[in-house]
Amino acid sequence: MSKCIKFLTRNFGQYDTSSIGSYMNVGGFQALRKAVSMDPEKICDLIASVKVRGRGGAEYPLGRKWSQARSVVGERKVVVCNADEGETTTFKDRELIKNDPFNLIEALIIAGYVVGATDGYIYMRAEYACYRPLLLNAIRQARNYGFLGENILGKGFNFDLHLYSGGGAYVCGEGTALIRSIEGKAGRPRMKPPFIKVSGLFARPTCLNNVESLSIVPHLLMDDEQIYANSGVGESIGTKMISVAGNVNNPGVFEIPFGTTVRDIIYNLAGGIQHDREIQLIQFGGASGKIADASILDTPYTYDDLRAAGVMVGSGALLVIDQRTSVIDFLRMNQEFFSDESCGQCTPCREGNLHIKIILDKIAEHKATAEDIRIMATIAKVMSMSSLCGLGETAQNTLQSAMLTFPEVFEVGGAE
Amino acid sequence: MAAEHETKEVPMVNLTINNIAVQVPKGTKIMQAAQTLGIDIPHLCYHEDQRIKAHCRLCSVEVTGKRRLLAACSTEVWEGMDVHTDTQIVRDTQVSILQLMLANHHKDCLSCPRNQNCDLQRLCSRFNILESPLPSVVKEEPRIVTNPSIVRDPSKCIRCGRCIQACKDVQGIAALTYAGRSNDITVTTAFNKPMEATDCILCGQCSLVCPTGAIVEKDDTQKVLDALQNPKKHVIVQVAPAVRVALGDAFGLEPGAIVTGQMVTALKLLGFDKVFDTVFSADLTIMEEGYEFLDRLKNGGTMPMMTSCSPGWVNYMEKHFPDCRDHLSSAKSPMSMFGAVAKTYYPEKAGVDVHDIVTVAVMPCTAKKFEAARPEMGRDGMADVDIVLTTRELIKLIKYVGLSLQNLPESEFDSPLGTGTGAGAIFGATGGVMEAALRTVYEVVTGETLAKLDFTDVRGFEGIKECTVTLKGKDIHIAVAHTLKNARLIMEQVKKGTSPYDFIEIMACPGGCIGGGGQPIGTTNAIRKKRMASLYEIDRNLPLRKSHENPEIQTLYKDFLGEPLSEKAHELLHTHYHKVDKPYEFR
Amino acid sequence: MLTAQTKVYPLPDELQAKIDLVLESHDNDPTQIVGILLEVQELNERHYVPEPVAYYLADRLSMPVTNVFDCLNFYSELSSKPRAKYPIQVCSSPACRVNVIDTKRLLETLENLLDIKIGETTYDGRFTLETTTCYGACDRAPSVRINGHIYDHLDSQEKIVALLRSLT
Repeated sequence: MSKCIKFLTRNFGQYDTSSIGSYMNVGGFQALRKAVSMDPEKICDLIASVKVRGRGGAEYPLGRKWSQARSVVGERKVVVCNADEGETTTFKDRELIKNDPFNLIEALIIAGYVVGATDGYIYMRAEYACYRPLLLNAIRQARNYGFLGENILGKGFNFDLHLYSGGGAYVCGEGTALIRSIEGKAGRPRMKPPFIKVSGLFARPTCLNNVESLSIVPHLLMDDEQIYANSGVGESIGTKMISVAGNVNNPGVFEIPFGTTVRDIIYNLAGGIQHDREIQLIQFGGASGKIADASILDTPYTYDDLRAAGVMVGSGALLVIDQRTSVIDFLRMNQEFFSDESCGQCTPCREGNLHIKIILDKIAEHKATAEDIRIMATIAKVMSMSSLCGLGETAQNTLQSAMLTFPEVFEVGGAE
Repeated sequence: MAAEHETKEVPMVNLTINNIAVQVPKGTKIMQAAQTLGIDIPHLCYHEDQRIKAHCRLCSVEVTGKRRLLAACSTEVWEGMDVHTDTQIVRDTQVSILQLMLANHHKDCLSCPRNQNCDLQRLCSRFNILESPLPSVVKEEPRIVTNPSIVRDPSKCIRCGRCIQACKDVQGIAALTYAGRSNDITVTTAFNKPMEATDCILCGQCSLVCPTGAIVEKDDTQKVLDALQNPKKHVIVQVAPAVRVALGDAFGLEPGAIVTGQMVTALKLLGFDKVFDTVFSADLTIMEEGYEFLDRLKNGGTMPMMTSCSPGWVNYMEKHFPDCRDHLSSAKSPMSMFGAVAKTYYPEKAGVDVHDIVTVAVMPCTAKKFEAARPEMGRDGMADVDIVLTTRELIKLIKYVGLSLQNLPESEFDSPLGTGTGAGAIFGATGGVMEAALRTVYEVVTGETLAKLDFTDVRGFEGIKECTVTLKGKDIHIAVAHTLKNARLIMEQVKKGTSPYDFIEIMACPGGCIGGGGQPIGTTNAIRKKRMASLYEIDRNLPLRKSHENPEIQTLYKDFLGEPLSEKAHELLHTHYHKVDKPYEFR
Repeated sequence: MLTAQTKVYPLPDELQAKIDLVLESHDNDPTQIVGILLEVQELNERHYVPEPVAYYLADRLSMPVTNVFDCLNFYSELSSKPRAKYPIQVCSSPACRVNVIDTKRLLETLENLLDIKIGETTYDGRFTLETTTCYGACDRAPSVRINGHIYDHLDSQEKIVALLRSLT
C-alpha cells in the first residue's frame, strides 16, 4: 500500500509556472496576504507548533531559527535560500523549483517579512541553470505585481530578491561557503564565529534556509484543514520530500507523510529493486549520509526512528544498491565524490580524503593490512572531530557507518 | 600616538584548562587563555598579527559538552568552560594532522633554507613524529627561482594561507591566492605567473610569515663566502640601521636588543675588509632629498614629493601608479647611494682598484636584492652594490662561522663611510626618514638651530600619520604611511590631484625597515615596536643627530661631490623610474 | 623590468563589447563574478575564460586578478583552459554508477564512437569525455550533461548514437 500525499506538491502541474496570474488562480500569494496581516512571531509559533525542521540536512527547528533571526539586532537583514542541492542522489528541491517556482518566491517574501529582512537571495547550483529563466521570470512578475519592492501590499514592508548562480562546488551548500560564493569569492567555508545569523552575507544578519523548508511555509499558513499537522507520527510531523535512486525500478521524488516505512518507500513508491535483486545497502541523505543494510526496511521514516537505526533523514535522499555492487566498491565511489569536492582549505579534510581513498583502494585490491584499517579509522575520526566545516565533519559518515554495519568487510584478508 | 582611550572594564570569565582554574578577560580565545598557564597549544596557520583562519586544525582541543573538538585559535572562552588539551583524541588529532602534512611535504629538511627554523619541523620534533605511516603524496616540483628576491618551493607549502593574508591584508596587493580545491589546492599567483610578472612588489612579507620553507629569500650567502675567500677582492660591507636591532633575535637576545658593536665585530671576523654603515649614506640621502624638496618647493616641481628609500614602495609606484612616478624623489636609496660612493669616491680615497671592490649590503629587505640588480644602479656595466644579503642570511653566515654574537666584543665602523648620525639611524622606522629630513630642511631653510629635534607626530605605529611644519611662515603638510595598503589611500588622492600634502614618506613594510621582509623569522608587530623604540634610543644617545652635521658627509661634499644636487651628485646619487607594464592593457 | 612584455588591446572589439554587455546585465557588480564568468565563458566556443579575458574582467570590476583566477580554478563549472566544443560529462557518483549495465554501455559506446577515453579530447576538439560529480539527475539515469543540458535515459546504443549525431 503506497502512501503518497500532496501537500508541498499540491501545486505541481496545477498552474503555468511562467505566469503569475496562473499561480494566483490556484491561490498564489494568499499566504503572503495572510502573513502580512499577522504578527510575525505568530508565524514562527505556527511553524514551531508543527515542529518543522530544516530540510537541508542539519534538522534545525525552523520556527526557532526564524524567531532568532527576528530578534537579531541589525540593519538590512537578509534571507537566503539555499538552492545548492549538491548532495548526491538528492533532487527534491529541483522538483520544487521546476514545478512551483512562485511558491518559493512567495515563501521568501514571507520569510523576509517575518525576520525583518530587506533582501532575499536565492543561491542555485550551476547544474540547475536551466531553471534560472523560470525563477528570473517569477521574480520579475512578482516585482511587477508589487509583491517585491517597496511598501509591499501596503504594509510598509520593503523587500527585493536576487538570484545568484553557483559555480559547481558541493561545499557551497555549507552556509559560510555559500555566502562567500555570493560575495564573489571562491566558496571556501570560514570559521565560526561570527555566526551567519549575526554576521553573514555582506556582514549582514543572515537567515539561511533550504528550498524545501521555505516551500512549506505558504502551504502551512493556508492549511486550515490541518493536513500538515495531522500527517506524520510522533515528533516527526507533516510530510517530507524524498528522492530515491539507484537500483530501483521507479526512481524519483516523492512526498510522503513521516512514518512511511522504508520498505514502503522502496518497494511501493520506488517500484522495488530491479530484477528483484537483493538489497546490499541503503544510503540515507546523500554522500555525507550513513548506510544501513536491509534490516532497516521496516523502520518508519521519521527523524527519531532513523536515528535509532543508525542513519539520518539528512537531505531526504535514499540510494538503494543491490548486491551487484560490493560495499567497498560503493565506498570508493562515495569517496571519489569527497576527493573531488573537499575545498582543500583545512588539513584533515584535504589530506584525509586522499589517504582514505588510497587505503580503500588497497582494501579492494586485497593489499590492506590491519594497520591500514586502523589508520583509516583514525583519519576518519580526526576528520569528523576536527575539520573546519560540515563537509569534513560528515565526509566519512558513510565509511564510519559501513565499518559498524559491515565489519567483516574490513577484516584483513576478508575484503570481498 | 594619541592618548590611550580610557579602557572600559572588561568582564572576566572563569574556566578550567586541564582542570586548572584560570580567569581571563571576556573575548579571550582558548589559545591565549592556555598561554597564561604556560600551555602552548600547537598551531601553524595562526599568526598573532593576522585574521584568524582556523585552517590547519592543529590547535583542536576538547571542550566538555561539545560533540566535536574546537579550534583553540578561534574559539572564545565562556564562563564555566572546561577545556582539555591533552586527551587521547586531541593527541590523535595533533599527531594525525602532522603526519598528514608530512605526507604531502617535500622532506629535504637537511637542505632546506628553513632547516632548524621551521614551525612544521619544530612541531614534528615536539610530538616525536619518528615515522609517518602514510605514503608520500607530495608532488615534487622544481623551486621557482625567477627573480633576485623571492624563491618559492610549492612542495613545502602546507596551505596555511599566511602568505596570502600578508599580501592581501597587510599590503593590499593580493598577488598570491589559493587555486583549485581538495588535494589539488595550491598557493600560487594568477595564472601561475612568476611573482615579478604579477602585482607582487617583492617586499617579502610573505616569506616573513611562511611557517615552512615554501617562500624564502633568494640565498646569496655563497656569493659572499666566495668573495671573502678571494684574495684579489677587496670586500666591503654596509649594514642598514634596521639590522642592528633585529639580529639579536636569532641569538637568544631580547627582541629589540641593540647589537651594533657585536655585529661590526662579527662582520670583521667574517673577513670583510671594511665594515661601513648605511646610516652614513642615509645622511647623504637626507642631504640630496632634503635639497631636492626645497628645490621643488621653490621652483614649482612636482608636488607632493614622496620618499624613495623603500624599494618595495618604488616597485609599487612603478607597477600600480606609474603615471604618478614623478612624485618620487629622484634621490637613490641609502643603499644605492652608498654603492655609488663605494665604487667612485672610495677607491680613490682608499687607493683600491674599483674592479677589485666587492660591495655587499646587509638589508632587512628582499626587494633590495631587486633594487641592486636595476641597471640604473651602476655604471660601465658594473653594479654599485654587488650582493645584497637579508638579515636572515647574515644570521646564517654568523652561525656558519660559529660565532656567538651575544658574546662578541663591540667594535666601531670603519672610516670614511662609517659615521652616521641619529637622523640616519631612525631611517629604519616608519616616520624616520621624514623626521631626519625635517631636522635638516628646517635648519637649512631657517638658518636657525632646532630647539627640539624630536618630531613625535611622525613617530609610532599608526598606519598614516600627519603633521604640519612651518618653514619661514609657510605651512608644509606632511604625511607618513607604512604598508602599501595605507600607501594606496595616499596615492588615490595624489592620483586625483586632491592630496593635501607637500611631502610624503612611504615605507612598504609594516613599521618600516625594522619590519622588513628580510628580517628574522618570527618578526611580529610587538617585536617591530621594540625595534622601533631601540632605533630612537640609538638616535637619542648619538652625539650627532642631524645629517648635515655628519663630518664624513661634509668631507664627501667638500672633496668629491661639491654640493647637494650638483652635477656629480645628480650623476651618482639620483635615479629615474620606469612605468612597469601590466600583462595586458585594455581600452 | 618587473613584468613580461605587455600585450596591448588583446581583446577583439566584438568580444569586448559582448563581455561589456554581460557585465552590464550584472550591474558591473563584482560580487556577481561567478555568474559573470559562467556567461562569459559561453562566449567562447571552447567554453573557457582565456587569460586576457580574466584580466579584463578584473580590470573592469576593480578586483585583483587573483580573485578571478581563484574562482576559475575553484568552481568545476568554470575553466581557464580550453575545453571541447561539446564536453560530455558522465556522472561518477554512486546513484548512476550502480546501474552497472547502463553505465558500462554508456561509457563503452561513447568511448568507441568517439575513439577517446575518459579525460581525452577528440582530435578535432569537438568532444571531451569527462566525469563529473552528481548533477541531480539520478532519476533520469543513464544520462550525460553537455553544456548545461541533460540528455537522459540513454539506455540503448541507438539513443547514444542519435545523441552524438544531433551534436555534429
